[in-house]
Amino acid sequence: MPVMDKLKNLSGTAAIVGVAESDKIGRTPDKGPLELHAEAGRNALADAGIDKSEVDGVFTAGYSTYDVAEYMGITPHFTDSTSVGGSSFVIHIAHAIAAIQAGYCEVALITHGQTGRSDRARAGANPGLPSAQYESPYGIIGPPVAYSLAANRYMHQYGEDRTREAMANIAVSTRKWANMNEKAFFYDTPMTFDEYHDSRWISWPFHLPDCCLVTDAGAAIVITSAERAKSTKKGGVSILGAAEGHDHAVLHQMPDLTRTWGRHSGPQALEMAGLTHDDLDLAMIYDSFTYTVLATLESLGFCGPGESPDFVADQRTAPGGDFPLNTNGGGLSYTHPGMYGIFTVVEAVRQLRGETGKRQLDDCNLAMAHGTGGLLSSTGTVILGRD
Amino acid sequence: MADGYNKPIPIPQPESDNYWEGAKAGELRLRKCDDCNQAYFYPRNICPDCGNNNTSWIVASGNAKIHTFAIVHRPPHPGFMDDIPYVPAIVELEEGPRMATQIVNVEADPSKISIDMAVKVVFESITDEISLPKFEPA
Repeated sequence: MPVMDKLKNLSGTAAIVGVAESDKIGRTPDKGPLELHAEAGRNALADAGIDKSEVDGVFTAGYSTYDVAEYMGITPHFTDSTSVGGSSFVIHIAHAIAAIQAGYCEVALITHGQTGRSDRARAGANPGLPSAQYESPYGIIGPPVAYSLAANRYMHQYGEDRTREAMANIAVSTRKWANMNEKAFFYDTPMTFDEYHDSRWISWPFHLPDCCLVTDAGAAIVITSAERAKSTKKGGVSILGAAEGHDHAVLHQMPDLTRTWGRHSGPQALEMAGLTHDDLDLAMIYDSFTYTVLATLESLGFCGPGESPDFVADQRTAPGGDFPLNTNGGGLSYTHPGMYGIFTVVEAVRQLRGETGKRQLDDCNLAMAHGTGGLLSSTGTVILGRD
Repeated sequence: MADGYNKPIPIPQPESDNYWEGAKAGELRLRKCDDCNQAYFYPRNICPDCGNNNTSWIVASGNAKIHTFAIVHRPPHPGFMDDIPYVPAIVELEEGPRMATQIVNVEADPSKISIDMAVKVVFESITDEISLPKFEPA
């Protein structure tokens, strides 16, 4: 089990000093995924004011680190391609803290890039994986079908009507945030509750707006020691807590379709930071689907099992509400290239720095960024604080 | 084999040959750990609970109840284009384990299907070698 005394000693020892997206996000048919990695990596290093020659740790998922590093002309002394779906890039943050504190590297670069919108082609399934034999033949292929199966179980346990209303609340509140972010896919497209309820089914109980976007996008994060962060362009956003894990790969092996690994990574990250839920000013929670948010809020401990519909009621998570959630517009309405987790961190850092323009929160000092990967399989949670 | 079957077809693996042979013969075969005295899914030689190799095969009754289901309207794969709406599900077998499947011989309407509904296995032959265990209302 994680040794909390040791983890507490790591709290605040490293900081995020650079964040960025690729030059363009949304539709980039003229760009390949590695180019998006490299653009985002270059932009994040520029944000930090650090030259790429100083990068000695490289972290990525989807590609191997040597593909990204070779493209960018980086020769790292520490390398980590941990790949557990969309949470991977949040999980890399914990690994970067550990590597920096152990002395394996000083400047860690985490990159992401995917052209989910432009490729659309699915990689062939590996026949040796359980999904190829026990889920895909039944049309349980890809996240919308799998997550809708989990959502229906939640509805059964906690009530269909109140769950439906909660999913609508998340879809609509997240869209309102997107309408305040000019980089968001749906920046110019508002959505009413009626439009939500009247939209077509993708996989019942999911309407189309219950499902995240499919876009092209890249993002990157630069991390260094708290000491070195002081001499960077913008200073550091302190990493106060970080935790990770997973409890299944294929959906039917998930122990409880209403509880994610966030039930462990959330409390662990908060305890490492010495904070509680009430201390947080912002929650950036991976919203692959509206349901993902409901299950995740409960798993993280913001509310109890079955209580999310009350927790998010009355647009509490929308601009002006007292629980700001996914202020970039989320995977639902801002961008979602396939593995979105890194974008939760980018937005949290920008909010903590006060860089988010008209959607900027007042007094944003402490934030949680939380990624979910696979089929509700893996999670990574980080707690970030303004220095 | 239905002509033009273009959905994903399972390729039996060393630990699942017997499972697919069973399905072809109209049996739902499960692995059981003889140390834990517990059946488990999916088939693997090593017990996921205790980690021992003292495992055997049993034939399941085929009785189950629906743990959850969905109704797919937008096919995630071209092979399912003619099947929509279809009903993927996770069922809980009488022996304990859960497995993914489809509910068939029922109208794909959320008012006609319910969680905890009793279902029983049926086998759909999709190739000379492969039959898929699916479930229908009991």
